[in-house]
Formats: sequence, structure tokens, C-alpha cells
Amino acid sequence: MSEIMHPLRMKYTREHVKKTTNCPGCGNGIIVQAILRAIDELGMDMDEFAFVSGIGCSAWIPSPLFNADTLHTTHGRPIAFATGVKLGKPELNVVVASGDGDLAAIGGNHLIHAARRNIGITVILVNNGIYAMTGGQTAPTTPRGVNTTTNPYGTLESVFDISSLVLAAGAPFVARWTTYHPRQITSSLKKAFTSRGFSFIEIISQCPVQYGKVTKSGSALDLLKHYKKDSIKIDKARTMDPESLKGKIVVGEFVNEQKPELSAEWTELKARVMEGRS
Amino acid sequence: MSSKTTGNVMAGTHFLMGNIACAEGAIAAGCNFAAGYPITPATEIINHLAKKLPLHGGIFLQTEDEISAISSIVGASWSGCKVLTATSGPGISLMQENIGFAVATETPLVIIDVQRLGPSTGVPSIGLAGDIVQVARGSHGDYQIIALCPDGPQEMFDLTVRAFNLSEKYRVPVFLMAEGFIGHMRERVVIPDASELSLVARTIQRGAGGPMQRQDFLDAAVAPMPVFGNGLKSHVTSSCHDEHGMRNLSDPEIMHKFITKPIEKIMRHRDDIIQVEKNYKDCDIVLVAYGSVSRSAKAAAELARADGLKVGIFRFITCWPFPGEEIREMAESVKHMIVLENNCGQLFPYIKAEAAHACRVDFIGPQTLGQIHDPEYVLSRLKEMVR
Ligand SMILES: Cc1ncc(C[n+]2csc(CCOP(=O)(O)OP(=O)(O)O)c2C)c(N)n1
Ligand code: SF4
Ligand SMILES: [Mg+2]
Repeated sequence: MSEIMHPLRMKYTREHVKKTTNCPGCGNGIIVQAILRAIDELGMDMDEFAFVSGIGCSAWIPSPLFNADTLHTTHGRPIAFATGVKLGKPELNVVVASGDGDLAAIGGNHLIHAARRNIGITVILVNNGIYAMTGGQTAPTTPRGVNTTTNPYGTLESVFDISSLVLAAGAPFVARWTTYHPRQITSSLKKAFTSRGFSFIEIISQCPVQYGKVTKSGSALDLLKHYKKDSIKIDKARTMDPESLKGKIVVGEFVNEQKPELSAEWTELKARVMEGRS
Repeated sequence: MSSKTTGNVMAGTHFLMGNIACAEGAIAAGCNFAAGYPITPATEIINHLAKKLPLHGGIFLQTEDEISAISSIVGASWSGCKVLTATSGPGISLMQENIGFAVATETPLVIIDVQRLGPSTGVPSIGLAGDIVQVARGSHGDYQIIALCPDGPQEMFDLTVRAFNLSEKYRVPVFLMAEGFIGHMRERVVIPDASELSLVARTIQRGAGGPMQRQDFLDAAVAPMPVFGNGLKSHVTSSCHDEHGMRNLSDPEIMHKFITKPIEKIMRHRDDIIQVEKNYKDCDIVLVAYGSVSRSAKAAAELARADGLKVGIFRFITCWPFPGEEIREMAESVKHMIVLENNCGQLFPYIKAEAAHACRVDFIGPQTLGQIHDPEYVLSRLKEMVR
């Protein structure tokens, strides 16, 4: 538990929330700041937003901290809830923040269908490579071969490349950064918050307490050093062969294009059929 | 058949399938967001809503599964919409976790369950009232639910409107427990003029300041709903929370209230919520039923009276909260209750618990499960029992 002392604190967070649930060194704090900076730099108001999260450490990023409408839902389902919030009030900027287990394991189906539908919400997926909240169990993002609580003799399964998955499902905006890239996260979030379609940002983030300990990957600093050393920008990665990309984290904006957005399409459709009726 | 549509209401006298009457009831009640996943025998409801909701400015979203359907209607309810989903038992089973979410966050919504023969995949096209207990007790934890049991297409309309009204008034999920037989039955349905329908809309929180200055939750007298997009900075969580909606996992008093206040909210208003149909004055025997079977019960009671037996009927229109007082009152005035259910006896233990101290209580299931009770069969069993 750590006191929040940042200047953005008074402007964007609930006054009575004095503590975060993050452990010292957790990447979630960097993500909180990146989100609030993006809102601040855009000059947007918290009342334009509704934040939706699932269950897990990362789901605590907006809830109850952010001084906005916040909907803390069940494990795996925040995107499904957020889809209803957005279609019910298309003028709201609906933002989901949740973990890799939440959004890519139990909630994976909602993720790909939201990307396919192009519902105009922003999804921030915190990829810490583990189920942190429940104590270091294997996630679909846990590297092959490491030991976890539920694979004490080493994981046997391959990892999900979540950004590629969401890209393949049709999302018009997909970016991946690590917590070593707070400025870049903020910049991508600004694009996401002002774009109309489904925007997806995967953030590789350090969990020193579960991932670090259970998989013996070291401290927060060790993990950040790894992100610094092994991150490769997408433009460069495109020129490299798969063999030399092994163990690397490809970061950057993978796609940024315009596609018809679902809530706007509904508004148009309703106007069309109601006019046809009269 | 005459018909004129004013506003959202298809007023007039129609010959309608129960599921269509239900969809028209939802539209008349002002439903403007529905989500669902196709399933027999409920599909006609979503098909009809898909066609008609946009004409009235509403949306029907076909979701990737029933978990998404219930979750998205909860979300849309928090955006201020009147919302519905329609499914059958397998869909209810998938929805259960987030039905609990709606209970815990006091979210108004309507769930239509057109029940089919189960367990599991069972028989899609055959009606069986197999979900009667699962809708009241199927999500984990301790809570109360409101559930209504239509006996035909007319009530598929009337009780759908009522389900919306109750959900909006009390900020709760409400079930309409149709069976496949009722959903697919075609009968005369009279839809009143828009001016004759009384509709309820939720009270919306207008309180200034943030949630810490307001009571957004846990009021047995129903807290105004702090819907999103109004600058209220509402906090909604299904984790144990206080009246401001703020999570609290340490204060036993708050845990106690988190469970008991939503229950009290329903039970304090039970007289407004519970409806039963009763006709057992001067009778020794009563046939107790709901849904499709209540039609057989009425027919059997008539046959019995023609035979000189004093047989009355009692029908649950509301099955949850359980009409315990009404059952007790009846038990004290009759000698024998015979419970008829289109299942192996789901409400029977609840009825017995309220009645067995004062009268004899027996059960008659369908002769063959999946077949509606034959009134002649009911009469012959009744005669055996009283002999
Ligand atoms: C239906 C259901 N299953 C399991 C859980 C237990 N659970 C809580 S958090 C969690 C995993 C969280 O992992 P992730 O989404 O990666 O979030 P992190 O804690 O790593 O940020 C699980 C399995 C639950 N709350 N609900
Ligand atoms: S367990 Fe890991 S992810 Fe959870 S708060 Fe602690 S450091 Fe962060
Ligand atoms: Mg995780």
C-alpha cells in the first residue's frame, strides 16, 4: 500500500481514496499515470468517460481510484459490460482496463468479438504474464518453460500473441508497449481516446511480487531492464527474420485505420428504419 | 382482428404466439436495448425484437454468448436504457454469475426464460418448468429475486410489462418464467391503448457532489439509480460495498447490509410484488399450480365440481418472492392441497413447508414428463387420493 502523491491526483482521482491496492514496484502505477496524462494532455473531462474493469490486480487501475463513472465487473466480462454501456450511451468514452487472464483467457471470446464488431471502446490489457491476484498461476501469456504455481515443473504451452490476435480479429487500432515506454503509452492512449473505433493497447507490465518471484525473473527493476533491452519497434521488427526476433518484445502501433464503428452504425440504422416507417 | 399502433403499443385484439406477445409487451413497456443469443424455444422473442426495436429507436444486439448478453444489458441499464434478454435454461445456466452481479449492484433488467426440458441440452422444443428454482437460487450467495409465471399469451404480454415495471420500481432483475408450451401457444391477446398502460421508470439519482455525499445503494426503500453519463462519478461494484457503492471487505456491519438490504427491499414490498389467483372459497381440496399446468388444474377442478367434489384452485402469478403467507392462509381454510407442477416437484417442498402443519399436501406430476397434465388424469388421481 502506498500513498498517492502525484499532481494529477487532485484533478482526476477520488479524494477519499487514499491508497492504491498495488504492491510497491507494480507496473499498474505507471499505467494509471499514463491514462491520466493522456486525459490531461487532451484537455478532456472525467465526466466524458466511463471506466469498466474486470477482476484481477490490473482491474484496480481505474476502480475506485478514478473520479469518473466506474463499473467494476466480474472476471473476464468487462468488455461485454462495456459494449452495453457504449451502445446505451454512445457519447461516452468507454475505457476497459483489465488483466491478461481476465481479457485473454476467461474473457478471450468477448475480446475478439468486440474487435470484430468494432465497438468504439478502448481496451487497455495489462500483460504481466501471470495470474497475479490469485498468486502466480499460469496465464495464456506466461512464457513457455517457466515455473508457475500451477506449472511447478514448467509450463508446456505456447503464449498468446494477443495484439496479433486482436489485429486478426479486425481491430482498427492496435498498439503494444511496455511500462518502460510511459510516454509512448500516453501518446497511443491519446489516439485511442480520440479515435472512433475499437482501440486496443497491450501493455507489458512488471509484476515483481507474483511473476518476479514465482518465475524467478527478478525485481521490478530487472523486469524493466529486460523491457528496455529486448523491446524492438515494429518497423524494425518487420525487417527481421523470426529467428532473430526470438525473446524480443515487438512494440509500437501495429495498425491505425478507420472502419465503421458499431454504435455510430446503430445510430444511422435507427434513423434509417424510423424514417422508412413514417 | 383490429389493430392500431400508437407510439410503441400495438393496441388491439390479436391472435398471437406467446413469444411474440412477450416481445410486444417489452416494446410497449419502453424496452430500448435487448441482447440475446438464439435458443429454442425462446428464439421468436429475439427475432421479433430484432425486427421491431429499431423501428422504435431501440437496439437488439446478438451477442457471442449468453454471458455477453446478460453483461451487455447490465451495462446498457447503467447507461439508462430499459433492457431485456430472452433465453432458455442452458442460457440461464451461463448467465447465472452475472445475474448475481445485477442483484448485487441493484441493476434493473428483465430476463425472459422460455423453459425447456432438461437437464442439460434436454429437449429444446418441449416445455418443462425446470428452471423455477434455479432462477431463485442459481447464482451464488444469498439473495431474493422476483419471478412471474404467465399462463398463456395474454399474460406473456401483461406480465412482461409488469416485469419491466417491477424491475424499474425496485431496481432489480425480474424473471418471466414462461415454458416452451406458453411461449409457442397461440391465443387471443388484447393489447390496451398506450393511454391505458401504466408504465414505471426508475428514479434517477440527481444528487450533487460525488458518491460519498449520496446514498446510491443499499436502501430498502430503493435508492435512486446513479446512471452513467450524468457527471455523477458513480462507483458500481458487485464486491461487498457500502451505501456509496465503495468496496468494503473488512466491516462486518457493511457485509451484513450488503446482503440484507437488497433482500429487505424486495420483502418489504412483497404485497405489491406478489400476485396470486385464488378460487377456493368453501372448498375442501385445492389444486395448486402455475404456468401451463394451471390451465389443466382449472379444467380438472371444473370436472371435479361437476362430480360433486368441492375442489378449488390456487395459481401463482408471482412465484418469487415465494407467496408463503398466501399458502399458509389457504392451508388454514382447506383440508387438502394437491400441487401440480410441470416438473418433478420443484416448488412442492416450499409449499409443503408453509402448509403441512395445517392440511394434507400431495403432489401430482405429469403422467409423462414433457406432456401437459391431462385434466381427466388429474381427476382420477385426485379421486384415488380422497377415497
Ligand atoms: C469466475 C471467476 N473465476 C476465478 C476467479 C478468481 N480470479 C480472480 S483474479 C484472477 C486472475 C487474474 O489474473 P489477470 O486477469 O491476469 O489479472 P492480474 O491479477 O494478473 O492483474 C482469478 C482467476 C474469479 N474472480 N472469478
Ligand atoms: S501482485 Fe503483481 S500485479 Fe498485483 S499489485 Fe502486486 S505487483 Fe502488481
Ligand atoms: Mg495478469
